[in-house]
Amino acid sequence: MAEIGLGHYLVVAAILFAIGMAGIFLNRKNVIIILMSIELMLLAVNINLVAFAQFLGDLTGQVFAFMVLTVAAAEAAVGLAILVSYFRNRGDISVADANLMKN
Amino acid sequence: MPIGTAAFLLFSAAAILSGLMVIASRNPVHSVLFLIAAFISAAGLFVLMGAEYLAMLLLVVYVGAVAVLFLFVVMMLDVDFVELKQGFLQYMPVAATVAVVVVVELIMAVAVWTAPSDAEIARAHPAPRAPEIVADPAGPNNIEALGLILYTDYAHYFQIAGIVLLVAMIGAIVMTFRVREGVRRQDVARQVGRRREEAVELVKVKTGQGI
Repeated sequence: MAEIGLGHYLVVAAILFAIGMAGIFLNRKNVIIILMSIELMLLAVNINLVAFAQFLGDLTGQVFAFMVLTVAAAEAAVGLAILVSYFRNRGDISVADANLMKN
Repeated sequence: MPIGTAAFLLFSAAAILSGLMVIASRNPVHSVLFLIAAFISAAGLFVLMGAEYLAMLLLVVYVGAVAVLFLFVVMMLDVDFVELKQGFLQYMPVAATVAVVVVVELIMAVAVWTAPSDAEIARAHPAPRAPEIVADPAGPNNIEALGLILYTDYAHYFQIAGIVLLVAMIGAIVMTFRVREGVRRQDVARQVGRRREEAVELVKVKTGQGI
């Protein structure tokens, strides 16, 4: 096998990203799994950023991955807070019939 | 097989399999645990790429905080997760199609992609603002190098990240805060402010009659 290079990391990140997308499609009802799928997609983006930072010998990519990590943590906290208050109001967490704004 | 290649194969296979199990397992608790496994594998990949600090950050922030948060919420919500799993097979074809299309597209893009001449120039002459920071065995290690640019060139971004976290924290507290009705709390000021006149009453009781 050839030496592991940029392309290999990009392919792994692409597969992880697609898994995250499929997770959003598959678990249409379960918000918790959707949030986890978003985390997986952000992780794939981070792998891309770090791979390019390594490839170009420029640490800016790692700083950017750091920012993505921050935003991902904030997003998880806010998303789970929304989920908890939604559960308190509705008694379930199904997104399929989340139409409070419509009625 | 060189050990670097073996480690790459191990970590990437673990990350992909754990990612698959995150979206496929029936029990959300198992999903969270597989998410932790995926993050640990990704941290291994980061170490292979020379980003040790980000790898440790991934372990501390994700495995230590976010995954525990997920676990906490999964266990706190009293939901019938079997019911939520319905429709899983129904959406399987479209999800598989989308995922395969995206993977094939991205792999084709990676395959035909060649580094632009700017990138080759950048590789030959790494970031001019931080020339001493390239992966140089004699130079500073990853954490030192990151610190050298994070607190100087990217100081504003660093502070914006802090503000993002602060706003997220306040938002999460505001959204989940609720005032409970009918809970008796100790009110020290009222206790201390009580006077004898409003607390004690002297009653003359006639003998044999009671109050």
